[in-house]
Amino acid sequence: MTSSTLQNVNPKLFLKCDQRLITDDELNDDVRDLFDEREVFDLIRNINDPEHPLTLEELHVVDIDNIKVDNANNKIEVLFTPTIPHCSLATLIGLTIRVQLLRSLPPRFKVTVKISPGTHTSEKAINKQLGDKERVAAAMENSTLLETINNCIATIEKTTKQV
Amino acid sequence: MQVQLIGVLEAHTGKVWNVKWHPEGSVLASCGEDKSIRLWGLSDNNWKVKTLLQDGHQKTIREVSWSPCGKFLASASFDATTAIWDKTSGEFECTATLEGHENEVKSVSWSVSGNYLATCSRDKSVWIWSVDNNEYECEAVLNAHSQDVKRVVWHPNEDLLASCSYDNTIKLFKEDPSDNEWITIATLSSHESTVWGITFDKTGTRLASCSDDGTVKIWKQYIPGNQEGVATPDNYPTWKCVCTLTGFHSGIIYDISWCHLTDLIATACSDNGIRIFKEVTDSNSNEPTFELLAIQDSAHNEDVNSVCWHPKEAGILASCSDDSQIRLWSISDELD
Repeated sequence: MTSSTLQNVNPKLFLKCDQRLITDDELNDDVRDLFDEREVFDLIRNINDPEHPLTLEELHVVDIDNIKVDNANNKIEVLFTPTIPHCSLATLIGLTIRVQLLRSLPPRFKVTVKISPGTHTSEKAINKQLGDKERVAAAMENSTLLETINNCIATIEKTTKQV
Repeated sequence: MQVQLIGVLEAHTGKVWNVKWHPEGSVLASCGEDKSIRLWGLSDNNWKVKTLLQDGHQKTIREVSWSPCGKFLASASFDATTAIWDKTSGEFECTATLEGHENEVKSVSWSVSGNYLATCSRDKSVWIWSVDNNEYECEAVLNAHSQDVKRVVWHPNEDLLASCSYDNTIKLFKEDPSDNEWITIATLSSHESTVWGITFDKTGTRLASCSDDGTVKIWKQYIPGNQEGVATPDNYPTWKCVCTLTGFHSGIIYDISWCHLTDLIATACSDNGIRIFKEVTDSNSNEPTFELLAIQDSAHNEDVNSVCWHPKEAGILASCSDDSQIRLWSISDELD
């Protein structure tokens, strides 16, 4: 998927946030704790950008303030911000976030992945594609696309081990 | 109205995309992400898998469709092919594989005459195949839609085809008798997002559609020379949206089924619910009113992908979901 010409040659970098502090309650199997924004953020912050050896967090594509978790209604909404408004990789990035969340979260959650309003020229079309579960399911059976997505997600493990 | 769960059918792994009753009603076909088709039947009061059809497809099977005679089953797959399963020898065998679509086949449907089969795909096209003695030949490639075509459904009484798409429209196709060319005779625009499902009522003069926009729409056919004075360009019927059901669904509506026995409409929604609607008695056919008769919240644990009314027994409904299950429901009047 990575083209020879970079979409965004010189992306702006942001600092990573601190490691999550795990409370005693969270380690206690007898306590039922709900999903929160930080937990969802941790699942996607280390996804690698398709063209730079940087994480979505470092590029500010994902941000904890753009995640909404509604445990009562089993809804999670993630907004992501492409680094440039014409980025042709935006759909791939959104799809990677969606696949990662589909695989990690319990199936009761309805996950919506959308572009932060006003940050991409084809926002509406990309949101519609990402919201079409039939097309997402078909994409997950496309071996070339799946390999690219898995490569973006696989860096999560590398990064986690380094820490 | 009372909605009662009368069966839970488990055997598939992953999403179950579609369920279809055999025309005689004794068998239910299901298909899904696990690339298999299962034919369910009752034995000792339990629904069991009687036949498992595998190895016909390399990817997800999105939809299955019975021929009107009940001897053939067609399956549409993300592997870009449509398979024909034939029971004339006694056992189901895959006797034909229809190729031609560039990518995922989303839907397949047999015409009431049994003479035609229609398929549609993410490649934006609708194909019409002529059926003759188990030979399938492509009659027409219709490129009327501008996006991914989600569903094809034939008219209940004539060789008229309806399709719906990611381009938010529904289109109707018919063969022009003068030159045997299949042409678009109507484009139904009103939905604001993907149209996932379409279903004709028993007369075929009305169509119900469901969409990503969370609404259900009822369309009525106005034939040339209609009393209401609706214009009919080119002497083809005009289809007009006469009713929009808004505010009843809190998610995407993936499927809709209009019962030809009871006139009830059932919907399958991404909020895990199944809803039943009925036209109000004495409602004006040009501005009909439909009411929500029943709602089954949490009908499944995940998105409901499909609903299908039993063709012979009034009030029996099958549904299937991302949660791998198929459920059977009995919808009855409380007063009974």
